[in-house]
Amino acid sequence: MKKNWPLWEVFVRSKNGLEHRHFGSLRAADAEMALENARDVYTRRNEGVSIWVVESKHITASNPKDHGELFEPAQDKVYRHPTFYNLPDDVKHM
Amino acid sequence: MANTDLYNYILGIADNSLILGQRLGELCGHGPNLETDIALTNISLDLIGQTRSYYQYAASFSEEYKTEDDIAFLRLEREYRNVLLVEQPNTHFGFVIGRQYLFDVYHYMLMDELQNTKDDTLQAIARKCIKEVSYHKRFSGDWLKRLGDGTEESHQKMQEAINGLWRFTNELFELTESEDAMIKAGIGVDVSKMKEHYYAEVSLLLNEATLQVPERKNFTSGGKKGTHTEHFGYILSELQYMQRTFPNMTW
Repeated sequence: MKKNWPLWEVFVRSKNGLEHRHFGSLRAADAEMALENARDVYTRRNEGVSIWVVESKHITASNPKDHGELFEPAQDKVYRHPTFYNLPDDVKHM
Repeated sequence: MANTDLYNYILGIADNSLILGQRLGELCGHGPNLETDIALTNISLDLIGQTRSYYQYAASFSEEYKTEDDIAFLRLEREYRNVLLVEQPNTHFGFVIGRQYLFDVYHYMLMDELQNTKDDTLQAIARKCIKEVSYHKRFSGDWLKRLGDGTEESHQKMQEAINGLWRFTNELFELTESEDAMIKAGIGVDVSKMKEHYYAEVSLLLNEATLQVPERKNFTSGGKKGTHTEHFGYILSELQYMQRTFPNMTW
């Protein structure tokens, strides 16, 4: 192949009621082919009931270089987790 | 053997799946890219799975062969009943797609009709197969359209493939004696009645793919009666190698 097909990201829902999760990526010439390829590559062992594909270029990703300003400030703010409360024994499923 | 006609009838269907499955299996690791490589081998595995169901059924009442493996691996060339179309060698991807599509359209119609058979086992197999075959047809049909209506080169290669394979299509609808007998018994499908429908459906897709529909002439046949093309011996030498070299070996 002289030129590579565009890259697509594949999301598969493994059961009804669960969310679609990122499974991986593949190459395809268009959306229809991406869907068929995803079916063949990612659901051949009965992994899913629904597939989404989206061309990778449409995904806006955070830049690893911005890791410091984006994520590190949250590391020392443990009070944002609700772990400082004493839960009464009667309360379940929290 | 009391059920010779039924036995021959089952093998007539099963051998198509075995040989096409074997041909597609040869492509494992050699597909044009990862995605189509996996797709083609998926189809191969579907076909070989179908073959197992048929052979298990045939072996259950055969006096000559006891297991599905015996039927798959121990017959001589003349005893295989697959059509010539499915044994044609892999050349380029367009050819593989053309061979697949020309078979898939027929296969789908056959499975659709076979669901009405009086034979419970064949009915169960057909019900399971039709979902697989339906996807095979979708896959090969989509690719045929892409290649036919693609670049100048893909169009030309796809047209050559269709022209080269066309002469094998009529054999799909020729009836053997066993098929005749099984049709009369309410078990077999009268494939000769599917012929016009088949050519109409294929022509429609070829038109959509901007390809010429070849003339319906110069057809050739023989596979259903055991007379195969020169490629068949090579298929068997690979398919049967292990059983011929190490008789009765098991995995």
